[in-house]
Amino acid sequence: MIKKIIAVLLLAPALAFAAGSDVPLDRAPINPNDMPSLQRGAALFVNYCLNCHSANYMRYNRLTDLGLNEKEILDNFVARFSGGKVGDLMKITMDLEDAKTWFGAAPPDLTVIARSRSSHAGSGADWLYTYMRGFYRDGSRPTGWNNVAFPNVGMPHVLWGLQGEQELKPAQRRAEGYMATVEKPVLTKPGKLSPLEYDRAVADLVNYLVYMAEPAAQSRKTIGMLVLAFLTGLIFLVYAMKKSYWKDVH
Amino acid sequence: MTMAATKKEPVVIEGAGALNTPLSGLLTWVDQRFPLMSLWKDHLAEYYAPKNFNFWYYFGLLAMLILVLQIVTGIFLVMHYKPSAAEAFASVEYIMRDVPGGWLIRYMHSTGASAFFVVIYLHMFRGLMYGSYRAPRELVWIFGMIIYLCLMAEAFFGYLLPWGQMSYWGAQVIINLFDALPIIGPDLSTWIRGDFVVGDATLNRFFAFHVIAIPLALLALVGAHIMALHEVGSNNPDGVEIKENKNAAGKPVDGIPFHPYYTVKDSLGVVVFAFLFCMVMFFAPEMGGYFLEYNNFIPADPLKTPPHIAPVWYFTPYYSILRAVTEDFMFWLALGVAAYATLIVFTSRGCLSKILAVLIAPVVIFLMKGVGFGMTFTLFRGTFLEITLPLEAKVWGVILMGLATLIFFLLPWLDKSPVKSIRYKGVLSRWALTIFVAVFLILGYYGTQPVTDLGTLISQIGTLLYFAFFLLMPWYTQMEQTRPVPSRVTM
Repeated sequence: MIKKIIAVLLLAPALAFAAGSDVPLDRAPINPNDMPSLQRGAALFVNYCLNCHSANYMRYNRLTDLGLNEKEILDNFVARFSGGKVGDLMKITMDLEDAKTWFGAAPPDLTVIARSRSSHAGSGADWLYTYMRGFYRDGSRPTGWNNVAFPNVGMPHVLWGLQGEQELKPAQRRAEGYMATVEKPVLTKPGKLSPLEYDRAVADLVNYLVYMAEPAAQSRKTIGMLVLAFLTGLIFLVYAMKKSYWKDVH
Repeated sequence: MTMAATKKEPVVIEGAGALNTPLSGLLTWVDQRFPLMSLWKDHLAEYYAPKNFNFWYYFGLLAMLILVLQIVTGIFLVMHYKPSAAEAFASVEYIMRDVPGGWLIRYMHSTGASAFFVVIYLHMFRGLMYGSYRAPRELVWIFGMIIYLCLMAEAFFGYLLPWGQMSYWGAQVIINLFDALPIIGPDLSTWIRGDFVVGDATLNRFFAFHVIAIPLALLALVGAHIMALHEVGSNNPDGVEIKENKNAAGKPVDGIPFHPYYTVKDSLGVVVFAFLFCMVMFFAPEMGGYFLEYNNFIPADPLKTPPHIAPVWYFTPYYSILRAVTEDFMFWLALGVAAYATLIVFTSRGCLSKILAVLIAPVVIFLMKGVGFGMTFTLFRGTFLEITLPLEAKVWGVILMGLATLIFFLLPWLDKSPVKSIRYKGVLSRWALTIFVAVFLILGYYGTQPVTDLGTLISQIGTLLYFAFFLLMPWYTQMEQTRPVPSRVTM
């Protein structure tokens, strides 16, 4: 089959088209101030991702940013998975050399994945949101899975129990003024979650990954507003001072 | 009985109320042992600057401000950064997460790096517009250009330190440029790296240059730049020498003391600049991937070459020139050299330049194209001086990229206009400067993009125009009709 443009269209959110991108990325519906979403995302991350992927620069107790206290973090995240201390980094025990043999490539560290996956085609969040919803069945791949956003990816579909299975099916899509036949993944075997619930879960996970990539991002913006407000006032004062000093220069 | 080191007038402070006497006493004590008051007068209170400075005159001071910002934030970063291939990337993320306020310091430094070049390019553009490089300010310009070169080295060394993919492969690409040079190339690039690939040894020496060697040189050069400036006095948008028009007291009639007039005016510039700087730093520190490249959030991997390696934006005009020099382009370059030599021979008044043109041009053309017909031959075969002619296009790419930065040094002698400022120069100079700025921006844009045929063609035309701006300057600045320069500055 000729693989042309492959669009991931489950619920058809706004599509972010941009030059140089093979796959148009879906806009990730995330809100960095939505604490319940971030907490659900953190739980998904620790449950599903943190077995093969590390987050070597992120400490468990930083999750206090998400409205959790250290006891909750210790009981729900650290004790159940690594049994370490609440201030530990999110490391994994899997050997990277083994991982390379099993998957063909060592699973990358995910601490700053949301920043490194940014491109001129869209934000890192958009890419991750598209990617996590883009797995489909492909018998030619060693894992049995392929991905529309990351062709021939080494990673199998870890969330398949939640999403179910997708297969590529030809579909009509409105291109610029004409209808084009493209292939897009279509759900063939439902999972535990409905498509809507699955998108919501992936959005939570992506929301968390974006938070983890730069935990200071929200305080950066808050402090930034205060600094700009202060500087605005200062500009008026200094302008008045300059005017008064320069009134005799002609 | 106490003896003062030198006999000087006591310093008198007024307006400090009850503190007048103790402050005056303290300053007198210091002034008799250190040239405090004369430094204060020479460089601030009685340094007379033209009163007609406009928008373009903020950027020198802003550049100094950023230099201080980079040094201070750099000191705090070095407290937590680990210059080792194994730990560098993690230590930067440690600064971003675990060091209190670390993210702010790091973003100040990374935004400051780009802001430095924004400000320096605007500062240089001011010099180009108003002829600030013209006599008697040649040394001010030359010190400034050495500062610019040091700044590029500083940025290049610093960019390796986060040890991301772009850090690593950017350094790899640039160091490999030296590899292309004949005879010494391969040894030179190994010597620079300290290894056969970019590695821990490279990171450590780049760190040493970034935090000690270059900053020391920068501080000394900035001192020299300002001392030279204050010796000859500042230029201004009219290009009028204010020292030629003094009042009875010997003060320039169009000059005002730097302090308080320009200290308060520059304060306004500083606050407005701080506002813009903070907008970027707090709300877009990555600046769409131009200030912090996305790929640099992936740790350096010597086994995985990124598909598209682009230097940071401030190097891209030169990177475009480097990539523009392809085998097909060599003919046009050689033709350009021949045409330029012909121009000198037929129109130059100097006998020496004619002789030099006749002697040098054939050698350059020979090195570029050999004897032609696609033939190559080797000199000193089997010795360490073995060299194949004509030199490869990539060698010329490196040479042209180097010349593109160095040619700025010649400006004081290339500009033969009877007037300094663009305000009174003729139409040719105005167009030349406009085209030059456009070419610089276009080359900068194509330097960030992957190679395309159209991009290469545009970069090649841009490269020729870039050099034409400088090399044809002696002609177009003399041919054109200039406007009369007023005797006093205009506000």
